[in-house]
Parts: sequence; structure tokens; C-alpha cells
Amino acid sequence: MAFAAFSSNVKVNAKPTKTGKVVIALLAPGLAYLGAFFLTPLIALIMVSLSVPDPAGGYAEYVPALEFANYAYVVSEYFPHIMRSFGYALIATVLALIISYPLAYFIGVKARPWPLLQKLMLTLVIAPFFISFLLRTLAWKQMFSNESWIVSSLQQIGFLASDQYVVGTPFMVIFGLTYNFIPFMTLPLYTSLERLDIRYLEAGSDLYASPAKVFRKVTFPLSLPGVISGTLLTFIPIAGDYINASGDFLGSPETAMMGNTIEANYLNINDYPSASALSVLLMGVILLLVTFYVKRSGTEDLL
Amino acid sequence: MKFTLGKFALPLYAVLTFIYLLIPIFYTFVFSFNDSLKTNLIWRGFTFDKWLNVCQREGVCQAFGNSIFIGLISTIFATALGTAIAIALVRYRFRFRSSVNLLLFLPMATPEVVLGAGLASQFFNLGVQKGTFTIILAHIMFCLSFVVVTVKARVASLDPALEEAGRDLYANPRQVFWKITFPLLLPGISAAALLSFALSFDDFIITNFNAGADMTFPRYVYTAAARGVPAEANVIGSAVFILAIVIVLATQINGEIKRRRLAKKA
Repeated sequence: MAFAAFSSNVKVNAKPTKTGKVVIALLAPGLAYLGAFFLTPLIALIMVSLSVPDPAGGYAEYVPALEFANYAYVVSEYFPHIMRSFGYALIATVLALIISYPLAYFIGVKARPWPLLQKLMLTLVIAPFFISFLLRTLAWKQMFSNESWIVSSLQQIGFLASDQYVVGTPFMVIFGLTYNFIPFMTLPLYTSLERLDIRYLEAGSDLYASPAKVFRKVTFPLSLPGVISGTLLTFIPIAGDYINASGDFLGSPETAMMGNTIEANYLNINDYPSASALSVLLMGVILLLVTFYVKRSGTEDLL
Repeated sequence: MKFTLGKFALPLYAVLTFIYLLIPIFYTFVFSFNDSLKTNLIWRGFTFDKWLNVCQREGVCQAFGNSIFIGLISTIFATALGTAIAIALVRYRFRFRSSVNLLLFLPMATPEVVLGAGLASQFFNLGVQKGTFTIILAHIMFCLSFVVVTVKARVASLDPALEEAGRDLYANPRQVFWKITFPLLLPGISAAALLSFALSFDDFIITNFNAGADMTFPRYVYTAAARGVPAEANVIGSAVFILAIVIVLATQINGEIKRRRLAKKA
């Protein structure tokens, strides 16, 4: 599947031809497009994040400025949201890794003798992508709704108090985030594990390493590229997500993440500077994490 | 070898995980047959009504049609632009190669809210009215990098000797491209196009920031979520799911048949 391409290191087997007019013709349209609709919007975002309300203007009108205090304001005002975004993202990413690893190992290593089964299982992994993201999240909401048999039986066995519910809690939001992003973790893990040479594992056990040790010293380190791209592909979208944590879906005001405040500030109360400052902050932290993470693990060849 | 763990525990685990992954899909499918009223929360009995009269519910089919339209247009542009970049990246040597790679990687590493809010700020600054057109502009942007990644893998596996053979036989560059390169790249290009359409069709966050008053299917579901999503949305979701699964399985079976035929010949 196309998603598998994320973690593959594309090897250039052709001798690259010399640069010329053709290259420019091939590259220019796409790169110009990204310049116009990706780079300049980022600059626009930074500019708006530093703007101030128009003293002469009315509601929701802002003029360019260099108001760095906007950042201090959003950090103090939305500190809990910022913490939740990265906290939930961290927990959900780790959970997704724990859930996905054995599955990816089974598909990529154990199921190797049956390629058709492998393909079928990969299709099942990405099957959730074929149904709307919002519909699958709503399905969980309704299954765990206050009137559902799941919640009432949890209350009966005393796991939940009779006035306690699941929807709207951080538990439910993290549950939804983990579920929705598992395929992003499983596929890169699979691509790494699929290429793993089993003879290394056999060598490990031949040398009297316990299965646990083989895993720790051989399997896991060899699958590290997959782990890295998987965690990045899960962590980044989760940190910016606002569907799962939204009050209409699995969350409540107490679980609102950065995405929710960006949406509310931008689309509901038209506080563009705050929304933009939060966006720039989110992107900045993620870029820092990505750079640090990629540098430390030594796989800079992600694309 | 004594990986006894893999014998039963792993297959069982895989089955359980698949059940977990499929539960919400199954739920959505079942509730598309619910004889529900405006909302679709409680099971009220089985009916084919919603499948037969999907468009009776106001707005569902319009939103769905708009999503298809946006998906098709964005896919065409993103695939064309992305394929050209992928060919350039694998086949040509040029300066600023790493900057180009970075520029392509960044949109994938940027959270959707940031992409959405950034574009919305730009449209706001330029005074562009938001609507279907701005949604398409946004979708082309975020699909482009995914197209490049997908097609790049295919270009890299292409043997340049085939093109050389074409040139040796006096084909002009255009003939070489359309008769040799393009047909060989086609599986990669169509995979990229499918991915691009799927991404566009299911996108909500970026769309929501740049849609103005125009509806797409995910936006319809999001707006409806506050008061209850009607069963007709489940019908559309399930129908799209079935169609996508059929396409994927058909491609896989087709590939398997080809592979077996080749193996027989050899």
C-alpha cells in the first residue's frame, strides 16, 4: 500500500542525469504551488500571530504589529490545553506502539510464508481509513454513551460509580486518539519488520539469548526506523487533533486540546492573533521534537 | 528455534486487534439499517429505507456530491504536480535537492490545524471568499507531498535501460515518455491518485478552516454531530467503505493472478 512508502528508504538505482531545463520544468509548478499555498500561509500565520486589535476598527479587525505578548498571553491562558495536547499525544502514541508492534510483527515476520494472507491483513489494518474518521469516532461515542449497556454493566460491577460516565473523560479521548491513529503506527512498523532478516534472530537464539533478549538486542533495534516514522506519524496528527477531544465527540470542555482552542478562537470568536499564536507554537514545538528525535535516532532520510 | 509465543498467542492477538479495528465500522454499517427518526442513537428496528432513500435527508447527498467533486479535481492536480516532482527527484541531479526534500516533508510534518489556520489567514489577508474553490486549493496542497512519496518509490524501481532502448530505437523524448515511462509508472501514479482522493474525501480539519459556508461530507457529519447524525450519513459512510474495500481487494486479486501467471511461465 501507499502508506508503506512512508518508511521505505527509496534507493536511487538510476544514474541521475544532469540538471537542465527539464528539471526546472518538472519541479517548478509543484514547488511554486507549495510556495504559494504552504510557505506563504505559514508566514501569514506568523504575521497574524503578532498583530493587535485595530484601535480604530470594529470587532475582529486587526492591524500588523510585533506584539510578542500575544504568545505570553496564549501560554498563560491556555496552559492546560497545551499540556493536554502533548500529554495525550504522548500517551496515545505509546499505546498505539504497544498495540501495533505485535500485530506488525505477526504480519511482517510470522505471516511471511503466506503473502496473500499478509496482503489481506494489511487491508484490514487500513480498513478504518475507508470509513469517515468522524463516523468511526461517533460510533465509539455511541457505544460508550451513558445509556449504553457497556457503561451500565461497568456501573453494575462497580467499576464505575452510578453517576460516573466514560464519554467526556480523558480516558475516552485517549482511547479514541489511540484507535484512530493505530494504522499510522502499524504500517511503518510492518515495512521495517517485513525486511528483517530472520537469520539474525536465529543467530541470537543459537547463541543462547533468551527470546526476550533477542527481542531487546536484535529485533527491536533493527525495527527502529519503523518505530521512529510510526511514532512521528502518530504523534504529530494527534497533538493537533480536535475531533476526539471535542464535546460533540468523545470529549468535554475538560479535555479540550490545543486544536480545540485554535478552532474556537479562529472560527467562533474570531480572535485570530491568539489562534495563530497557538498554531505557531504547536508547529514550533513539533518541529523541535522532530528535529531532536530524528537527529538522536540517526534516521534523517525520512522522505 | 523456540518461539512458542508466536504459535498461538500472536495469531490470536492479531485476530483480536482486527476485531477491535473493525468494531466501529461494523457499528456504523449496522446502524445504517436502523429505522431511526432524526437521530440515530437507539436501535428502533431494521429497515432498508435509509439505503433506498438516502437523498431524502436534506443536505446529505449534496455534501457527498461536493466531496466527490472536490476529491476528483484536487486529485488530478495533486497527482500531476507530484508525479513531475517525483520524476525529477529520482532521475535528475540538481542543487538544492535537500531543500526540495525538506519543503516536501514539511507539509506532512505539520499538524492539520496549522495548515488550515495558515491558509485561512492567507485567504483572509488577500480578501478571498472561502468556498469550494479554496477547499480545492487547500486539498491540492496537502495531497501533493503524499503523491511525491508514493510515485517516487515506483520511479526508483524503474529500469532506465528500458528508456535507453526506446531512445536507441529512435523514439523522440515525448514518445519515450508516453510509450515507456508513463505506462510503467502507471501503477504508482494510480496508487498515488487513490491515496490522494481518499485523503481529500476524508479531510475535515483543513477543510473546516477554509470552507466558508460550503459543505463537504465530513463537515456535514461534524455539524450534525451536535444534534445527532442521521442514519443516512451511515449509509453513505458504509457505501464508500464497501466500494473502497472492493477496489483494494480487486487490485490485490488481480496482482496475485498476474504473479501466478508469470510464475507459471517461468
